[in-house]
Amino acid sequence: MLNVLAQTAAGEMLEGLKAIGAGLGYGLAAIGPGVGIGTVVGNAISAMARQPESAGMVRTTMFLGIAFTEALALIGFVVFILLMP
Amino acid sequence: MNVLALNFPEVSHLFVWPDILFSGTDYAINKTVLIYLAAVVITAAIFLTAGRRTGSLVPAGVQHVAEAGVTFIEESVVMETIGEEGKKFMPFLTTMFFFILFSNIFEVVPGIQFPANGRMAVPITLALLVWVIYNVVGVRAQGLFGYLKNSLFPPGVPVALYLIVTPIELVSTFVVRPFSLAIRLWANMVAGHLLLVTFAVLTHELWNATYVGAAAPFAMLVLMTGFEILVSVLQAFIFTILTAVYIGGSLHPAH
Repeated sequence: MLNVLAQTAAGEMLEGLKAIGAGLGYGLAAIGPGVGIGTVVGNAISAMARQPESAGMVRTTMFLGIAFTEALALIGFVVFILLMP
Repeated sequence: MNVLALNFPEVSHLFVWPDILFSGTDYAINKTVLIYLAAVVITAAIFLTAGRRTGSLVPAGVQHVAEAGVTFIEESVVMETIGEEGKKFMPFLTTMFFFILFSNIFEVVPGIQFPANGRMAVPITLALLVWVIYNVVGVRAQGLFGYLKNSLFPPGVPVALYLIVTPIELVSTFVVRPFSLAIRLWANMVAGHLLLVTFAVLTHELWNATYVGAAAPFAMLVLMTGFEILVSVLQAFIFTILTAVYIGGSLHPAH
């Protein structure tokens, strides 16, 4: 392993680390928003099931909540695109 | 770029198109510009045609599409977020919804298959336009001092907390909002386009290698195309409804 590492040129090493960082960055950025969107949609569904007559209002608010939560995941995606070698 | 022995195209090749007309000048026209022009023409054509035929009580064809669109924006965007006084923003919100929808939907139109909003220029311009509009509306509705006071010092917060709340509100209201609006639209379109390209490349490679193996990625490609139609409509809707929420927040300060 160390031999292989020693043989690669410094530039290649940097490229590889960049790729690992980009992939990890996107994956980590997706954890929180994944949980968050799940919470938003789950609670919206139970609200709609309890009060079907307010489904329209709940759906609008749900999309708003999703949009705000999703922004974090999308920023992670943007960083991934910027870091991609 | 070679990923897992697949000949995957470079990401930049998927989003940068060569100039078709006026190459080399600042007014060069490429595929993205053509898609935007088409979106403008389609939006204008729908509403001009629908508005011309007045008096038809039973809407049909184009008039039906336009009336359904206007009703949708009025009922599920304006009335839900701004209320009665938001009606004067109807033309702006409706036009913006249909423009974004048509420039997104070219993502799944066969032969074109590129979401024009996958390039940052127009999303950031629209977001800055929205920024100007909700600030101007806020200043006109509450006065400069009142608007700044209501957006930077939300009422009902203990005085000591303003040390934390005010900088956060300053950054989130005046800096982050336009960027998150633009990035949300742009990144969704980029992600969708990359997803479709990935499954298209997989289908192509597997069809060349083993005819049977292409079935699975092709099924995913069809599914994802349907999903991307949903995303295109949803992103246009979210952009419009967030604009309405921001305008509504400027019109009525938080209680």
